[in-house]
Amino acid sequence: MKGKGTVMMALAAVLCLVLAGSVQAQAPAAKNVVIGFTASQTGKLNVEGMRQINGLNLWMERVNAAGGVKLADGSVVKFTSKFYDDESNKGRVQEFYTKLINDDKANFLVSPYSSGLTDAAAVIAQQNNRIMITAGAASDSTYKKGFTLVYQTYTPASRYLTGAVDILAKLDPKAKKIAIVHEKDKFSTDVVNDLKQYAEGKGYQIVLFEGYDAGTTDFAPFINKFPKDVDAIMGGGHFADTSTFAKQLHEKGIKPTVVALLVAPPEPKFAELGEAAVGIIGASQWEPAAKYSPEAAKAKNLEWFGPTVAEFVEAYTKKFNEEPSYHSAGGFVAGLLIEKAIAKAGSIDTEKVKAALDAMDIMTFYGHLKFDNTPAAHGLQVGHDMIYIQWQKDPKGALVKEVVWPEEAKTKDVIPMPKKK
Amino acid sequence: MQLLTSLIDGLLIGFVYGVAAVGLTLIWGVMSVINLSHGPVMALGMFSTYLLFTNLGVNPYLALIAVAVFGLVLGLVIYAVAVHRVISAPHLSSLLATFAVNMIIIGIGTAVFSTSPHNIDFSLGSIYLGPIILPAARLLAAVAAILFTVLLYLFLYFTRPGKAIRAVANNRMAAELMGIPSAQVLALSFGIGTALAAVAGGLIATFFPFTILSGGPYELKSFVICVLGGLGNPLGALLGGLLLGGLEGLIPTFMPVSWVPVLEFGLFILVLLVKPSGLLGAKT
Repeated sequence: MKGKGTVMMALAAVLCLVLAGSVQAQAPAAKNVVIGFTASQTGKLNVEGMRQINGLNLWMERVNAAGGVKLADGSVVKFTSKFYDDESNKGRVQEFYTKLINDDKANFLVSPYSSGLTDAAAVIAQQNNRIMITAGAASDSTYKKGFTLVYQTYTPASRYLTGAVDILAKLDPKAKKIAIVHEKDKFSTDVVNDLKQYAEGKGYQIVLFEGYDAGTTDFAPFINKFPKDVDAIMGGGHFADTSTFAKQLHEKGIKPTVVALLVAPPEPKFAELGEAAVGIIGASQWEPAAKYSPEAAKAKNLEWFGPTVAEFVEAYTKKFNEEPSYHSAGGFVAGLLIEKAIAKAGSIDTEKVKAALDAMDIMTFYGHLKFDNTPAAHGLQVGHDMIYIQWQKDPKGALVKEVVWPEEAKTKDVIPMPKKK
Repeated sequence: MQLLTSLIDGLLIGFVYGVAAVGLTLIWGVMSVINLSHGPVMALGMFSTYLLFTNLGVNPYLALIAVAVFGLVLGLVIYAVAVHRVISAPHLSSLLATFAVNMIIIGIGTAVFSTSPHNIDFSLGSIYLGPIILPAARLLAAVAAILFTVLLYLFLYFTRPGKAIRAVANNRMAAELMGIPSAQVLALSFGIGTALAAVAGGLIATFFPFTILSGGPYELKSFVICVLGGLGNPLGALLGGLLLGGLEGLIPTFMPVSWVPVLEFGLFILVLLVKPSGLLGAKT
């Protein structure tokens, strides 16, 4: 009997060793998490869409190269992507996101570029219980439809230009009159409606509030209507019309304290306006010159996560041979948010990752990120601020794009428009 | 003061509208062809000025001479290829032929230049007349527009080819019987019409950004102006241009700018109803 017992114990010991060995052998095996999205590789949004995807791919490359994300059970998660070309077409987006979820078994989703396409995709994500991080989608309305799994990386349209009012208050506390002239498309109209409300709430008088059609080239009829003592001119629309507007303001000698316009000023091509560009302020989701840093995060009592601005810009420029735009930064940060949320949740379970996203309050190279948790606007970005750039002249007289707002990102102090000589 | 500034702004641009419309009305007056390639030719005028300025450093106002020659040659080519064979056919044929030219120019232009806006980076600054500030580019454009109109007038009234054009416009058959080679005169008229369109495009390019599609709105304005002034009447077209420009300047001082096209086209319909021959009477 004794001999039999010894044999049994020896067998048990061997079994334990084998089992332990198998557990040890299984632990490093990486789980594969699929990030699904559609990319506007073709169609009218292909430039912005591709930059967003470049940013996302760069994030994926970096996180996988760094060994992935470790979960609570000790296992490691690595990421792969699955995507289709949506042709910048709203009609194709829903079909592809359904396919990504059902056929390709995507665990997490990233939105297409633009508010319109994202709005269509978000419904599918919510219906299929998948978390979607949206990039390139500034419109507020998507987050006011009762979705609980859609999270925004961009500063919403409603806060797109409101910082310009704060800049005006800083530059001239006595300023009273603001004129708003804007393109009559949905995005610009949404932005200026909220801007008007914000400015009026701060006690400013809106002396002109008028829209213009897409493709307008002659702004003299609007400019002639500005009162002589107008303190700020705000609005604009897309690149062509906004840069023409800025040029004609200069030709007409209109120099109020603040001129803040949509979309065009952050583009490097805006500098071609020469003297007409000096002093013009523009809003951008992100700029490579932004000074977000771990120190700035500490000062605001926030956790820092991910690469620094310089690291991101260097890695992106090296890989794609161009400086990253805010579209690229948006794509990267969408991935970064998924990474951080999985790391915090220690799981890839939708509910646990959702809880981590709901509690998210961090600073990255892209700025502060925090989401609205109220049922009325769940997922709306409430932490991130627009970056305001201003074209200024360096000591040699060359035009330089400086980040002037918010304080934690600025490279130079904001200046009033130089008055005509 | 705002009223005066707006009126002057409108009138200055009205001169340029006028030149474009004179080109269109000349073609109509001489050969009864509604030229739907007028807009794209204006856009080519914009790009010609742009290319001469950007690549060769030619002053945009001097470049207008080359642009006029280019427009003339282009007009002769368009006439020979697309218009000549259908000149005696019903209006629909020439309408479709010039529309085809319109599509070809836009197609090639889009492939070559894309539809991204281009801009001639040539600033002349502004002229300060007391409280009135006028962009110098608009003032020069108006002067150039007047100059080209005077040249056209001198050509039509004091040169043999000019007189031949007027004779053909008046009565083609009678002119042919008098030994005027009508085919050559028609080609020349088409050439001069497109040259004026190209020049108008070149002038617009000196102060507004443009794409290959930018000629469209000006072509539409040219039609309105021609009807206002009287189809086929060059002087009427110039005055119609001034009237339209003046309205575009004045209307926004009383109401939102978006009302401008409403009132413009309202006036267009009113003229068609009340005086279809135009304010100065059409040449038949």
